Amino acid sequence: MKKEIILFSSLFLVMMADGAVAKTLNWARAGDSLTMDPHAQNEGPTHALSSQIYEPLIQRDMSGKQVAALATEWGPSKENPNVWIFKLRQGVKFHDGAEFDSEDVVFSFNRAMSPNSDMKELLSSVKEVRAAGKFRFEIETNGPNPIMAANLNDIYIMDKGWAEKNNSLKVQDVKGGEDTFAAKNTNGTGPYKLISRVPDSKTVLEKNSDYWGIGQFPLEITKINYTPIKNAATRVAALLSGEVDFIQDVPVQDLTRVDNDSGLKVIKAPQNRVIFLGMNQGYGDLKTDNIQGKNPLADLRVRQAMNIAINRTAIQKIVMRGQSIPAGVAMPPFVNGWTKQLDAIPSSNLNDAKALMAAAGYGDGFNITLNCPNDRYINDEAICQAVVGMFGQIGIKVNLDAKPKAQHFPLIGKLETDFYMLGWGVPTYDSEYIFNFLVHTKGDKRGSWNGTRYSNSEIDKKIVSLASQTDLKKRDAIIAEIWAQVQRDLLYLPIHHQVLNWGMAKKVQTSVSPDDRARFKYFTIK
Amino acid sequence: MKKMIREFIESNFFYSFSRTPVAIGSFLTTTILILCALAAPILAPYSPYDPATLNLMNGFSAPLAPNSFTGDVFVFGADDQGRDILSTILFGMRISLFVGFSAVLFAMILGVTLGLVSAMVGGVVDAVIMRVADVQLSFPSILIAMLIFGIAKSITPPEMRNQMAIWVLIISIGLSDWVQFARVVRGSAMVELQKEYVEAAKLIGVSQFGISLRHVFPNVLPSVLVIATISLALAIISEATLSFLGVGAPPTQPSLGTLIRIGQGFLFSGEWWIIFFPSIALLLLALSVNLFGDWLRNTHNPNMGIK
Repeated sequence: MKKEIILFSSLFLVMMADGAVAKTLNWARAGDSLTMDPHAQNEGPTHALSSQIYEPLIQRDMSGKQVAALATEWGPSKENPNVWIFKLRQGVKFHDGAEFDSEDVVFSFNRAMSPNSDMKELLSSVKEVRAAGKFRFEIETNGPNPIMAANLNDIYIMDKGWAEKNNSLKVQDVKGGEDTFAAKNTNGTGPYKLISRVPDSKTVLEKNSDYWGIGQFPLEITKINYTPIKNAATRVAALLSGEVDFIQDVPVQDLTRVDNDSGLKVIKAPQNRVIFLGMNQGYGDLKTDNIQGKNPLADLRVRQAMNIAINRTAIQKIVMRGQSIPAGVAMPPFVNGWTKQLDAIPSSNLNDAKALMAAAGYGDGFNITLNCPNDRYINDEAICQAVVGMFGQIGIKVNLDAKPKAQHFPLIGKLETDFYMLGWGVPTYDSEYIFNFLVHTKGDKRGSWNGTRYSNSEIDKKIVSLASQTDLKKRDAIIAEIWAQVQRDLLYLPIHHQVLNWGMAKKVQTSVSPDDRARFKYFTIK
Repeated sequence: MKKMIREFIESNFFYSFSRTPVAIGSFLTTTILILCALAAPILAPYSPYDPATLNLMNGFSAPLAPNSFTGDVFVFGADDQGRDILSTILFGMRISLFVGFSAVLFAMILGVTLGLVSAMVGGVVDAVIMRVADVQLSFPSILIAMLIFGIAKSITPPEMRNQMAIWVLIISIGLSDWVQFARVVRGSAMVELQKEYVEAAKLIGVSQFGISLRHVFPNVLPSVLVIATISLALAIISEATLSFLGVGAPPTQPSLGTLIRIGQGFLFSGEWWIIFFPSIALLLLALSVNLFGDWLRNTHNPNMGIK
């Protein structure tokens, strides 16, 4: 009897010491994060995982509102409009125990602006960053930048000492196939610590019990098991069987099935993401087509024909089963600069399209390869197959090359594709972000995701001027001018805006964030 | 000619065949399926490999029910891209059979040659060939096919990949399957080489090459043909498996395995016909070829006797 009492009370003590009962969330989505280096890839699922571990100065909450993270106060300096001042949070510790201060912020910003970084477009207006005291940080821009704060949500802060010690001062060169310490290991200030990770298989995160935000956020989930499940049916089966509690991408064909399950629910919201096709319109000749000495995609009439050959309504009705909003512009409706007129979809008309093809001298059509991801966007491969059929109807024989995103995205970065699918979310909710990445001539500071080879010096000048335009009315006018030109030149063929469908066990409580980021510290779980 | 037919009808082989319902059934099914596949361009109501003729609005049409947008009717329904399942099965079977036959032919030529060389030359050559065969046998053949497929895909230029996909499939399945042939041929050839007629041929001065080709090869041929029939069923399944895994036929030219992969995504949502009909077609094809191959093996195996 005595023995049993001791046993029982020790068990009770152990439970007390552990605090609340452990609450594990099993999380799955189609693809994995591409790297743990927070500055190496500006890609949704990569940031989605990094943001649990690393933190920016200012972050967004589940509704998209900007809230304080590692900075507690921020704003442009009163004396010098070119300077932004950030008061940093005190008493924050990195996961390895190192103290957080302005040195780490300066280091991280410089790292995010270094050559291999995929985040440098967000900081292209920055002239210099500096520490002004242990917990004060300043950014000086080339001319005033009124929307600086909106650019910082994905600039994550690393520990300088840790990076120095582990030879991770430089950003991982993903395009060059480099593998680094920081690509596999982390040391952030965020609500969750990385416990173990096998890429494309399983990542385990555990609650950071020293997190500065304990008490401010629910932080109910103590352990997260993240498993990428590429196959749609397998992913749904895992949710239905209770093997996973939360999937971010319920296949559109299985929405009713999941929603009707007594233990599960689906919550949906339009996503801040547009899906489109990019075309190499800058080169004189293409490698992946069958036309010698000419580039059919450089002819505006061919692009116009392709634009009206796409039956966006059919893609919405059949491929997406209604779970998309057909798009006429490569910009999600959440973004500053979006108008209904720009987003009006061109009505599909095969006869006009054929006439345009004939006028351009391609009455007999041509062959080309379309590169497409198969584990990134909702039904990405099925959309590509559908447009292959639609282009076939105007004589363009498209050879479809669909592969996982880890192999697809480098093709765009290295300019090895002439025709590709890409989706773009806009974390800053402003057009400048789109222009910097997708419209500006591809160069060292801007245009890193512009695979179209489009280069218009006048447009480039206007894009650069946006960063320092303080008159917001004038700024909006320039944005409208740039969009008008982009639409005239048919830089991209927009397909649709995605609609998010998050499926989860009923015990999980959250709202859907328009950027498809599950910020687990806001989740509650029964 | 007439005499040959009469001889065939009076042979033990035909007697056994006509008394075995399984043999007749599997032979007829195989023949019908092969004929359907060959006549696909005539039989198929639609041309599923020409993307220009597809109408996306026909996507997910149920079997025999008119589509609510276009009014088109599909006997076996339509898949997610609006492709007629019946036509796609017919064309897909062509790919499956073509890949199967070609891969087996490739494996047969390679295996028989290596087996004969092994038996005739002996020594180091024999040892090397047979050890390579042993090593390969210790891996599942699908793994070897995937390995070869991966290497081939990385060395072909991207714009050629879709055209090359079928040939790469044939080579990878063929290379994963030659061992069977080589081992059987080597074994039978070694037995034949001990026989008197080979000694006699040697005495009158026939060359090694001549002996193997004119005397040994015809005597090992029956066992090779039996293995080939059984290998055909396995090759068809290998092709379907590779395509199911997404590394085989290109998505715009679906084979049976690709169709099953596409249909698998719609299992929970009630569009059963996308996976059901292609699976039945694959099952019929592989089962009938396999049963026929089994019967062939039994009739040729003296231990089992002619039933």
